[in-house]
Amino acid sequence: MRTRIFLTLMLLRTAALAAQDPQGGFVPVTEVPASEQLPSLPLVITAYAFVWAAFLFYAWTMWKKLGKVEQEITILSAQISKPRAKP
Amino acid sequence: MTAFWRAVWIIARKDLAIEARSRELINTTVFFALSCVVVFSVSFVGEGGDGRAMGEAAAGILWIAIAFSGTLALGRTFERERYGDTLRALLLAPGARPAVYVGKLLGVVMLLLATEVIIVPLVAFLFQARLFDHALLLVSLLVFGTVGFACVGTLFAAMLGRARSRDVLLPILLYPVTIPVMIAGVRGTAALLAAEPQLEMARVWTMLLLSFDVVFVTLSLWTFESVMTE
Amino acid sequence: MRKAFVPLLALAGLIFMTAPILIMRARYESTMGLVQKIFYFHMPPAMLMLLSAIFCGLISMLYLIKKRPVYDWIAFAAAELTVLYGAMAMVTGPLWARKAWGVWWVWDARLTMSLLLWMVFVSYLLLRRYGGPGSETLAAGLALFGMATSPFVYLSVNIWRTLHPLTSVVPTLPVDFAFALWYAFLGFLLLYIALMTMRVRIEEQRALVDQLYLESEE
Repeated sequence: MRTRIFLTLMLLRTAALAAQDPQGGFVPVTEVPASEQLPSLPLVITAYAFVWAAFLFYAWTMWKKLGKVEQEITILSAQISKPRAKP
Repeated sequence: MTAFWRAVWIIARKDLAIEARSRELINTTVFFALSCVVVFSVSFVGEGGDGRAMGEAAAGILWIAIAFSGTLALGRTFERERYGDTLRALLLAPGARPAVYVGKLLGVVMLLLATEVIIVPLVAFLFQARLFDHALLLVSLLVFGTVGFACVGTLFAAMLGRARSRDVLLPILLYPVTIPVMIAGVRGTAALLAAEPQLEMARVWTMLLLSFDVVFVTLSLWTFESVMTE
Repeated sequence: MRKAFVPLLALAGLIFMTAPILIMRARYESTMGLVQKIFYFHMPPAMLMLLSAIFCGLISMLYLIKKRPVYDWIAFAAAELTVLYGAMAMVTGPLWARKAWGVWWVWDARLTMSLLLWMVFVSYLLLRRYGGPGSETLAAGLALFGMATSPFVYLSVNIWRTLHPLTSVVPTLPVDFAFALWYAFLGFLLLYIALMTMRVRIEEQRALVDQLYLESEE
């Protein structure tokens, strides 16, 4: 809840600052003709979905590998601290 | 300083002496380059059905043939060293280690230039390309490009000396790094071969190749020193 | 023990998940409309790919000089993240380009050199995986060449005429665009740090496993 309030306040502030004229390659507008919007949507969604999926895949793989390695360490440490069998 | 160059010359001369006796590398490399050129020329026969090869492809085919045959030559050069275990002996020798690198590099460059002496006229012949109108520019392009390709190749081939899967890893490592050299070489040659030769563009690409050479040789010398410490 | 990573991952994830809010609040771009919103998830990974390549090269140089294993672990992690972020940049880029330029791909300077850089680090990973013993040093040498290419990728749009926007676009962004962009960048950066620490930890634990194996043999 606090995050949302904070973010909204930040956005209001930036909206006020945005009254100045922008420079550079990106020229913003507040409305875009409806005909422009639909064909882009699958592209935008695919782009965001791919980034999400790549992150999740990598993080998940790392998580599993860490678990496996830590398991090996626990097993090996137990083996070492066990009393030695008679030769 | 002269001790360095003397060591370089001894190493290069050793390779040349071995090569002069068997001529194995030069024969196989040249013939492989020839096969490359033929295969690509046949694949890129132009529209129109008169069997004439596409002129625009000439520059690309030339440099691809150089790259492929160069990769094989590099592999074979260091295979020889590994077979006699001579690389370790070379590195143990009291001469400066960079001299070993430069000596091997000189050998590889001379081999590749000898191959190009045969391949370039062949390409000119097959594509009716007027490659020799601006011979000096063309020679500069070929020399700088070959040095750029060979200096990275010699480093990687030496580094991969005893690694597993070294035969396939050499092209995998070498091509991405040397593609800028290839692009500059192809574009420069294409500028020379265009219907109206663009000499200024060719000069720009030649200078770019020279700057690549400076960067790559410096980087390779430093890396060779650090990596070959086994 | 791996639970220790949850706070950092959670923070990074939070920033990442709230970024779309800001992105939606930013105004539409006049000529490209909705598809320009891909920018906020395209520029940060691309920038971080370049920085990660340089970082990997520097750490590899340190490894070649000092030979401490921890530098090798960090370099390996940096190379993996370079490939990951590079893949993100090079999938989101063409998706944007299809609408903005009409083609999926062109062989202009920026795209070609980015692809090359990415391929150098893919070959780094192949070398580490299949090169056998001693490939750490070889890979470190390779990373130096990757590092040398990286600044050229950034400067390529300024030197050559390309379809890709110039580097001067980012410093002159309107405020709402810039805010969303740098917020998203922060999310990507924190995730980079989180993933890198996890990856280095894995290598560290693997080295410990090897050591414990030797001890258990005695």
